[in-house]
Amino acid sequence: MKKFAVVAAMATALLGSTAVNAADVEVIHWWTSGGEQAAVSVFAREFDALGEDKWVDTAIAGGENARSATLQRTLGGDPPGAAQFNISRQFEELAEAGLLLDLTPLADSEGWRDFIRPAAILEVCEFEGKIYCVPVNIHSWQWAWASVPAFEKAGVPLPKNLDDFIAAAPKLQEAGIIPFAIGGEAWQIGGAMGVVMLSQLGKEGHEAIYKDRNLDVAGGPEVKHAIEIFKSLKGLTDEGSANRTWNDTTNLVIQDQAALQIMGDWARGEFAVAGEQPGVDYACIAGPAEQPYLDTGGDIFLFPKQDDAAVEAAQLKMASMMVNPQVQALFNNAKGSLPVRDDVDMSLADDCMKAGLEILKDPNHVIQGAGIYLTQDSIGQMDDLWAEAWSNPDLTVEEIQQRFVDIIASAE
Amino acid sequence: MAQLATAKEGGAVIKAASSSGRKPFRLSTLMSIVGTTPMIATAVGVFVICIIYSFVLSFTNSRIFPAFAAENFVGTDQYARLWSTGRWLISVNNIWFFGLLSIVANMTAGYLLAVFMDQRIKAEDWFRSIFLYPFAMSLVITGLVWRWILDPNYGIQATVRGWGFTEFAFAPLVNSSTAIYGLVVAGIWNGVGVTMAIMLAGLRGVDSEIWKAAKIDGIPAWRTYLFIVLPMMRGAILTAFILQCVGVVRVYDLIVAMTQGGPGISTQMPAVFVIQHITDRSNVGLGMAAATMMLLPVIVLLGVQAFAQWRANQVKEKA
Repeated sequence: MKKFAVVAAMATALLGSTAVNAADVEVIHWWTSGGEQAAVSVFAREFDALGEDKWVDTAIAGGENARSATLQRTLGGDPPGAAQFNISRQFEELAEAGLLLDLTPLADSEGWRDFIRPAAILEVCEFEGKIYCVPVNIHSWQWAWASVPAFEKAGVPLPKNLDDFIAAAPKLQEAGIIPFAIGGEAWQIGGAMGVVMLSQLGKEGHEAIYKDRNLDVAGGPEVKHAIEIFKSLKGLTDEGSANRTWNDTTNLVIQDQAALQIMGDWARGEFAVAGEQPGVDYACIAGPAEQPYLDTGGDIFLFPKQDDAAVEAAQLKMASMMVNPQVQALFNNAKGSLPVRDDVDMSLADDCMKAGLEILKDPNHVIQGAGIYLTQDSIGQMDDLWAEAWSNPDLTVEEIQQRFVDIIASAE
Repeated sequence: MAQLATAKEGGAVIKAASSSGRKPFRLSTLMSIVGTTPMIATAVGVFVICIIYSFVLSFTNSRIFPAFAAENFVGTDQYARLWSTGRWLISVNNIWFFGLLSIVANMTAGYLLAVFMDQRIKAEDWFRSIFLYPFAMSLVITGLVWRWILDPNYGIQATVRGWGFTEFAFAPLVNSSTAIYGLVVAGIWNGVGVTMAIMLAGLRGVDSEIWKAAKIDGIPAWRTYLFIVLPMMRGAILTAFILQCVGVVRVYDLIVAMTQGGPGISTQMPAVFVIQHITDRSNVGLGMAAATMMLLPVIVLLGVQAFAQWRANQVKEKA
């Protein structure tokens, strides 16, 4: 660790920061679950070890709440020292208004553009050629987590795609197993629907809708079939799904009470904590489709501009610390996510993680999430639509699809 | 108000101490103007200007930052989008449903409780505190406690099932068609106490001669309460009603604590819509359009109250 501290100190010195005093840097984030806290404390520990500066932790439960707090405080002139956002357009107005610290000199001197991959996750940080944030990890949504004993009990093979799964569902139900586990929170429903969509659309269709706003594709048969699958999945859930958190839901799969959950790769951490073995106790199905695609979502940190030069120096130090290969390894192993650079020791990765890394190597199977192309406003509209479609069986497939087309048509 | 009263008293003291009538009069006028200036400035600054500001914003495409350049004005686009958004329409339906149910129940139960307290019962202070207590508590706490009570896994349903009735089902919040009733129950629990307190004050304000007269005429107590006393306490009823209405229009914390607007979007409310759009969704224009729509019923209500007061004054002047 000492060696790293020296390297970081040199990096700071190279930046030519003058008269550096100790400073407190307040960090807003929404990492509050067990594994998440272990991960964020890696950052805090490493930052405090760098010198006199202190990491002041402001954890706010719920991504939406944490982001709102950062936005409102920054607008109100009392910005935090650093704040977490997703890899998306959630913070673009702050960058455009010049409220964020420009990290370009640091990024250039350390060569971020060379080692951060895929390049797209750094691109969301760029506005007019300047870099305003640090990507810290990569997460993908496109995973289904299956309980191997549950499928064995029902006497059906593990599904390879969602149509297989829906066909097998009656047998699972007969065996007293909840076929599809999901928590009724809007983001879980919206996320699962995104996965269902991508499994039908593929990369080409996905980009046609979200990037090119092609309304013919949005109104086409693939989206229609995705909505049909979505509605069938609703019928395969249990009564207690309303208000259930994602990790409680994962727990149903761990305990073999439920057969399958669609959830991002952060669910892997829950299986690991429960001592389950991939391939024996649970299976991770990428896609879930024969041709799986993964998105490269994840988290970034941005650093709102401060009046105090000492805080600014500390912010740059923190940014540099976050992409350090050693910190990346420690942090991502605790978080269960993939590091943002290749030259990181991932010997601890399990089979599911390795499968994910394998898919990510092929650029044709890597996509950008809808949040890269659409504003948070449009994403929110879609979340509302999926939540409504989920709870209101009277909405027909045609009505839902029409509303989806309208959202894409009006997206900025 | 307090400042005004002090200024008046000050004027009276000066008037009493001085022999001439004109000079102190001027001084007291000056003092009341000085005294009320902060109030007027706050009222105009905070209420009027901010409302106009929000209203103007609702015609722009502002996202996080207020944008007033010519190209930002988009006419009534935000309103058009608002009224074609499924979630907003559901919110509006919900607020009417929630409002009607909870106001009717609150007013009725509040009046009955007030009548009960009016029976010169023992330990009235105790009861009054108990009934008022929920109102003193944050709606977030109220909501959380009710969420636990109504939760199928550790609330009423789990308890009754624990007694041996394994088929017992009572979990309104997990079903999108019944979730709103759960909210109404929590809303009533929270609001009934303050209605009772206002009604009780109204009851106590009724002249005891009326009661004596009714007794002599042999009118039963329940009829006196319903047909004689109730119409006489119009002011208290109107105050309680307006308070309830304003509470309903801005209901937010209860939703956040109890259902997060779910299951699905079945318990969304306008205030949740506004807050979410001006913060995380970064669409201030749409949020302000929704806020303006929320203001309309409040203005209508206040108009009704003002009209009622004006009528009452007219009647008084004639008499």
